Parts: sequence; structure tokens; C-alpha cells
Amino acid sequence: MEGSKLEFLRGTLDVLILKALVWEPLHGYAITGLIRRESDEALLLEEGTLYPALWRLESKGLIEAEWGLSENNRKAKFYRLTRKGKRQLQFETAAWEAYSAAVSKVLSAARPAKAQEA
Amino acid sequence: MKQTPIWRRYDRLHGPDCKSDVEHELRFHLESKVEELIARGWTAEAAQREAERQFGNLKEFQELGEQIGGKMERQSALKENWAKLRQDVGFALRQLARDPGLASSAILILALGIAASIAIFAFVDAALLEPLPYVQPNRLMDVTESLALFPRGNLSYPDYVDWKRMNRVFSSLDVYRGGSFLVEMPQGATPVPGMYVSAGFFHTFGVRPALGRDFRPDEDSVSAAPAVLLSYGGWQKLFGGRSDAIGQTVKLSGIATTIIGVLPASFQFAAQGDAEIYAALQPTGTCSRTRSCHDLFGVGRLKDGVTPEGARAQMKEIALALERQYPDSNRGQGASVVPLAQAITGDVRPVLLVLLGGAGLLLLIACVNVSNLLLVRAEKRRREMAVRGALGASRIRLVRQYVTESCVLVVVGAVSGLILALGMMRVLHSLISKDMLVGMPYLDHLGFNAHVLLFAAGVAMLAVLFCSAAPILRLPIGELRDGMSDGGRGSAGRIWQRLGKNLVTTEVAVTVVLLFGAGLLTRSLLNMLQVDLGFEPRGLATLQVELPDAGFPKDEQQAEFVRQTLDALRKLPGVQSAAVTTLLPVTCNCNTDWVRFVGKPYNGIHNEVNDRQVSPDFFRTLQARLVSGRFLSQTDDAAHPKVVLINQAFARKYFPGEDPIGKQMGDTDLTRASLRRIVGVVGNIKDGALDSENWPTEYESFAQDPDTSFSLLVRTSQSAASILPEISSAIRKLNPQVGIQDESTLETRIRDSYSASLHRMAAWLVAGFAALAFLLSVGGLYGTIAYSVGQRTREIGVRIALGAQQNSIRRMILGEAMQLTATGTLVGLVGAVASARLIRGLLFGVRAWDVPTMTAVAVVLTGAGLLASYLPARRAAGVSPVEALRAE
Repeated sequence: MEGSKLEFLRGTLDVLILKALVWEPLHGYAITGLIRRESDEALLLEEGTLYPALWRLESKGLIEAEWGLSENNRKAKFYRLTRKGKRQLQFETAAWEAYSAAVSKVLSAARPAKAQEA
Repeated sequence: MKQTPIWRRYDRLHGPDCKSDVEHELRFHLESKVEELIARGWTAEAAQREAERQFGNLKEFQELGEQIGGKMERQSALKENWAKLRQDVGFALRQLARDPGLASSAILILALGIAASIAIFAFVDAALLEPLPYVQPNRLMDVTESLALFPRGNLSYPDYVDWKRMNRVFSSLDVYRGGSFLVEMPQGATPVPGMYVSAGFFHTFGVRPALGRDFRPDEDSVSAAPAVLLSYGGWQKLFGGRSDAIGQTVKLSGIATTIIGVLPASFQFAAQGDAEIYAALQPTGTCSRTRSCHDLFGVGRLKDGVTPEGARAQMKEIALALERQYPDSNRGQGASVVPLAQAITGDVRPVLLVLLGGAGLLLLIACVNVSNLLLVRAEKRRREMAVRGALGASRIRLVRQYVTESCVLVVVGAVSGLILALGMMRVLHSLISKDMLVGMPYLDHLGFNAHVLLFAAGVAMLAVLFCSAAPILRLPIGELRDGMSDGGRGSAGRIWQRLGKNLVTTEVAVTVVLLFGAGLLTRSLLNMLQVDLGFEPRGLATLQVELPDAGFPKDEQQAEFVRQTLDALRKLPGVQSAAVTTLLPVTCNCNTDWVRFVGKPYNGIHNEVNDRQVSPDFFRTLQARLVSGRFLSQTDDAAHPKVVLINQAFARKYFPGEDPIGKQMGDTDLTRASLRRIVGVVGNIKDGALDSENWPTEYESFAQDPDTSFSLLVRTSQSAASILPEISSAIRKLNPQVGIQDESTLETRIRDSYSASLHRMAAWLVAGFAALAFLLSVGGLYGTIAYSVGQRTREIGVRIALGAQQNSIRRMILGEAMQLTATGTLVGLVGAVASARLIRGLLFGVRAWDVPTMTAVAVVLTGAGLLASYLPARRAAGVSPVEALRAE
């Protein structure tokens, strides 16, 4: 676990949070769990760093918060994706896919053909 | 997520608390983690440590959370207020849209009132508030000699030299005088306005040439080569803005002169706003050597720490010392030191302040009027407000709604007012004659600046206060039941009437003040235009002629040229007579001479009289009146003994109860060459401004004391203006080197003269304000009476049903209106006389308590009041009792 920790790229956390909230509103603890599970324990974050990211997204209006009761009947703050947040997620997802496709294409390239000189 | 129990929703009823929110959220996370770890078999203690380790720096996150939370709360509070405001504005707009007539008239009235005050304030700002465009302008002083007749008299060159040497209060002291230079142009020699200045002049102002160099310190000495600087405009005009102008030598009035520099475009000097050529003032000529020849103005920069009062005291001491040293020439010559800004705008200040006062009063009326309109509407909405109050709308909320409505009206009014003000400023600026604008270069910067916009904002704020005050005072709090049950009538209606009537009375009173002021100013203007000039100004063409010094060095040559010119002009078709004078009538009481009489005791006092040199036909051309003796004749030339004519003011002052004919006079030493015999007395010809007194004047024969600069007067049987080109070409045909300027007619000159223009502006503008105020207050009166009649329909119906005659109903309504008008007029007249005393300085030939004007104002207002209330009165008399009683 310790060894396979991947560094979080800055900004990546935001899009992961948005993605985590796509299905239903969640509280912060549930979000950390979800990210960990869905990445097959590959993405580990210092759990506290999640919260400033959440608050910033909330202040930007991408997610909104409401107090509710957790599974174990405690008072917890639930976050929900806003319409603006959904749009942002779509945009970021598309951008990420294009980016990673480009990067992996380069990384998997065979010896490149020489550029044609006119 | 489970459904939130209802109590949780009210958890934050007492306001948000982001600190505890953050704490709760993070604690929940840690506790969940610990629980999970314990469930996986960790001991409680180890689980707690592990949870905290995985979480990271708790404290740091907490602080970050509070920061972000606080920011979000401020944002949402702002958003909430914004939403509330938008809701209020939206509601106000809908309310106003329901009554577009009221909204548009209120906006129009406010726009007019606000525009007038902004436009006038822009002038006040440009003239009186904006600092002069020089370095430390408040340290610059206007420094001149001063004597009983001329509080701001000219300096003589020798006095200036002594003042400069002896004073310890100015870091620099310089002098200037106006002048003009003949420049060779394709259409012939053209006089170009300019100034003669001492070498340090521009340095004193803190102005550096944009091109070339300033005068050297010794460049104003007799031996220095002639050099000039050009104004930016002059450079454009004469050299098309070419930089090779510097160092060029041009002929100015026949003298080869080097152009050494060009002043920046921003430089302006009001004393001679159109000056294009600045020459170094070299003390050549006899005047510069004569202590009694005054032709200069001074400007000085105060040393650090010296006050204007201190400077004035020292200059007065110096003047006193010079008076003791040179008793002949300096008797009574004191010193005057006033801030330059004050010297420049001294005579427009009272006019501007009067106009600002007038605009302020107009604004007041506009506000009262709108306030009255809103009051009437508030009255109609009493029931609505009462219902809303009963349903729980707080007083603050209702007040807020009124204020929002006023704000919307005022904002729209103020924005339209700003646009309107821009137009008004253009119109006002174009009303000022070109001659006057030359002396007001500060008006070049007329426009919207920070001052003006700030003023507009202040005015708008006051208007909001004013417009919302009346309806708010009438909010039906505490009388909710009344408001709903009586439908806006009964006792509450009576209270409204009192307030509404007070507003109308105020309007009428302020209108009286404005009308009275306008009446007085108009009468002053008419008095000025009808003043006895002592001559017939119609049909007189005038122009000024400048002979180049180089071509006409001798007196005889100048006299001969004038004789030839007059002969040539008399031959032109339509010309009845032609003459010259060194100074046209209605110019100024100036160009004075000190005289002494042969055979009369003389104590060294300076007998100051206007001095003009005129040709024989001068009086006939003007159609002036001969009182005794004879006019000048062709033989009064250099070959014959000197003669002089005097005016009646002269005869009355120096020869009371005597016949002046045949008496001799001369200069203060009675030198032989100066002796001249009085051969005639003429009726007073107005020398100075229209509102000035007639000073003693002497008329010498031009042929016996010629000059290179003089004005032509030509009386024609046709239109005077149309013959001007022929006159110019006739003169040019005689000698193309001669400069000609100021082609005009005497009538135009008088109409555009400074004092006439100033009084005309004041009279027209105040009359305009008064007319608007009159319309507004009569409209206000009509509105109030009409509304009152509408409110009392039932009462009137009852009266009629009980047998009241139509006449008595009509009389009742008219009586009510008359009472308002009379009260307003009386209060207004008291205020009018008080404020008329403030404009005493602008009055001419009328007193501040002029009874005919007062009567006229009272009659006009009463008549208008009757007219305004006649329609509602007729409607009241025509009320059908059956319908009135059924109406509810």
C-alpha cells in the first residue's frame, strides 16, 4: 500500500471529486473511500487535503452542501453535484481523455518516421 | 443520504457558523475512520493515532476551512442583498409602469432640475474651482498699482523696476502688457494679437517652452536682439506646426525678429487669451522711462511662507516710499496684491454664483414637485400599504419600497439629466460671445470631470432623500385600520392635504423668488440697453487700424495718412461721414491723463480724466451734442495752437458755475508743449461699460497728437456691416502695410460688450429658470387642487344635495387655491427681497425692493393660480350628487 502511492497531480483531485458525486450526494469520508476503492487502492491521498478541495468546489458553485444524517446516524455534511458541476465534469473528462490518449500514443510509439522536408 | 429530520433544517436558524461547521465536518471524518479501524481490529488508541496520521495536519485544514467558509458567507450575503434589491427595483419598475404618465413627468422634471444645476455647476467648476494650469497656482499673485479710481491700475515701468528690486516677498515678479504685431500675410499685413512680457514671465508661471528655449534673463533689455516665443496655436497658424520655425527671422510690425521657442498647447493666460506672439518687453520708448506712464500688469510668485496679506502689506510700504520719493508722479499710487485666480475670474464670479443659486432653487422646485406627485400616489396606495402592513410587511420594508421607487426615478432622472446637462453646457457656451471667450480660456476645460460627477451624485442623493421623505412621512403605520376602512379619505386625507399644501406653498414661494430675480435682472438689462449713450450707434461701421511703426515714424506721416484715409472713405458710395478716434465709445473708462489748469490753484493732486484723440468729424459722425463753443475743425492741426474739447462731466467737475470756453490746461507741470485751450463742451458720450458712470473726458485733435493705432468710425446710409469690406480695401489700396482688425459695427460692439453680455446671460438664464419654475409650480398647484377635489367628491356631493349653489362650491375651491397662492406669494416676496440684496451688484437702475416688479410677479402668479384652479373648481361645481354618493 505504502509503496504504490501515486502522487496526485494538481487539479486531478477536483475532477475525481466531481466524478465521485455523479451518482448520489456523499459526505467527505465516503468520497475518500470511493476514490480509494475505485482506483483499486492505487490512488491514496492524505485524507485531510480532500476538504479544502471540497470547499473550493463549493465556493465555485460546482457542488453544493447540505447537512444530513450519515449511515451511522451522525450529523454529516453531504455534497451534491450542481448543474454547473456536471458540465465541468463532462468538460474535464473529455479533456483528460484527449490528453491521456495523446500521451499514451507517444509513449507507445515505435521508432518515428523522419519528418519530410519539402 | 437519509431524509433530514425536520429539526435539523432549523439547526442554523440562528445564523450560519462556519467555524463549528468545519469542526463538525472534520470530526465526523475522524470518528468514522476510527470506527472503521476498530472494526478491523485496531485498539481504540492506535486507531485514533492512525486516523490522525492519515488525515494530515488537522489544524491547518481547519483554518483553511474557516477562511473559505467566511468568504462564501460574505458572497452569499451579498448575493442575497442583491437579489432583494433586484426584487425591490423590479417591483418599483412595475409600480411605475402602471402609471407611465406619472413616472415620465417625474423623470422629466427631475432631469430638467438636475441638468440645470449640473450645467451651471460645470461652469462654476471650470471658472472658480479648477486650479489655474500653472505650477503651484495659488502662490501666483496679480500685482498692480492701485488708486482711488482704479483699484487695479496699471504699473509703470520705472515703478516695476523699483518694486522688483525692493520687495522681499516675491521669488519672482514679472510684468506684461497686451499688444499686437503686424504679420505679412497673403491678404496683406494682418495684426496678430500678442503680448509683451518681461524675460522671467514664463519662468514665474512655471511653464517651459515645448520647443526651442525661453527668454534669457537679460533678453528684455534695450540692447538685446528682438526675440519672440509663439503660442502653440500661433505656431500652427503661422508655421503650420513646422519645427524649423525655431531660429527663423520674421518681420513683425516691420522689425526683424527671431523666433526662439514655442509654448506648450496647454498654456493659457486669461489676460490675453488669444495671444499668439510673446515678445520680450524692452523698455524702449518714452513711456518706459516715465514714472507716470502706466501700461503694465504684474504677476508675482510668493516666496515660501509669505502670505498674500504679508505681500500686500510690503508692497503698500514700497509704494508709499516711492510716493515720498517721487511726489509728482506717484501721488496716490498704492499697491494691489490679489491672488491671480481671483483677478482673472473676479467679474464672472457673482454672475456664476447667482446662476448657481437660481439653478439650485429650480432643483428645489423640481424635487418638491416630484415629491408632491409621489405623495398623491402614496395617498392612492394607502389601502395597499395598509393591507401589506397588516399582512406583516415591516415598516422598514415599506419605507424601503418607497425609497427604492424614488431611487429608480432619481437615477433615471439623473442619467437623463447628465445627458441633458451636456447639451445645456454646449448651448450656454455658444451663448458667450467670442470676445468674452478670449478672456475665459479656463472654459476650454468645461466638461464632466470628477468634481462635476461628484456634484451630480450629491444632487441625486439629495433628490432621493427629498422625494422619498414626503411619502414616508405618510406611511399609514399605526392607523392600519383607518387606512383600510376609509379607503384613503377622512382624517388621513386631511393630514395629506396639509402636507401637500405645504409643498405647493413652498413651490409658489420659491417661484416668486426666481421670478422676482429674473424680473430685476431683465429690468437691469433693459435699463442698460436704453442707457443714454450720448450718440446714435445705429449705422456706424468701425474697424481698428494699426500703422507699422517702421513705415510711419513721424507724427506728421501718421496724421497725413489719417487725412488721406478719411478723404478716400468719404468718397465711397453711401458714406455720410468718417472719423477716427484713439478709443471707441463704450470701451472703457481708461487711457487717462492727468491735467492741471492755468490760473487755478494746484495742490499736486492727480486730476484723472479720460483722454481721446479724435478727428474733426468725430462728433458729427457720432451725432453727439454740442453744448457750447465749437467742434474741432480741419485747421486744428500741428501748424496751429493746440485745442481741446471737454464733456459735460468734465465741465461740471472742474468748472462748476464757470464757462470753461477759452480756459487753458496742460500736464501736471504745465509744460509749454502740453498747453491746450478749451474750445467746446460736448454732451457726455458713454466711454466705459453701459453700466458705468460718465467720467470727465477730454477730446484732443488727432492731427495735433497722432498715434499709430486708432479706430475708424464710418456713418453710412446703408447697412453698416455691408460696407466694411469696401472700407478695408480702400485703406489697403492706400497702403498695403497697414494692419486692419476688429471689423464690426458699433451697435454689435455695444451689444457684445462685456457688461452687456454678462447681464444678458444672467437675465436670460434666470428668466429661463423662472419660467420652468413657474410651469412646475402652476402644474403642482393644479395637481394638488384637482386631487383634492377628486378626494372630496363625496363631500361636495353631499353639500350639493343639501342645497349648496354651484357658485359657492366653485368659490370654495377657488378660495382654497387662492389661499395657497397668496401664502406662497407672501412668503416668497420676503425671500425675494432678501435674495435680491445678494444680487445687488448685478442690478442697474432698479432697487432690490422694486415695487413694480413685485406687483407684476404677484399679479402673474395670482392669475396663473386662478387659471390652474379654475378647471378643478368647475369640475367640483359640476359634481352630480347622486353619482358622488353612489361612488363608494
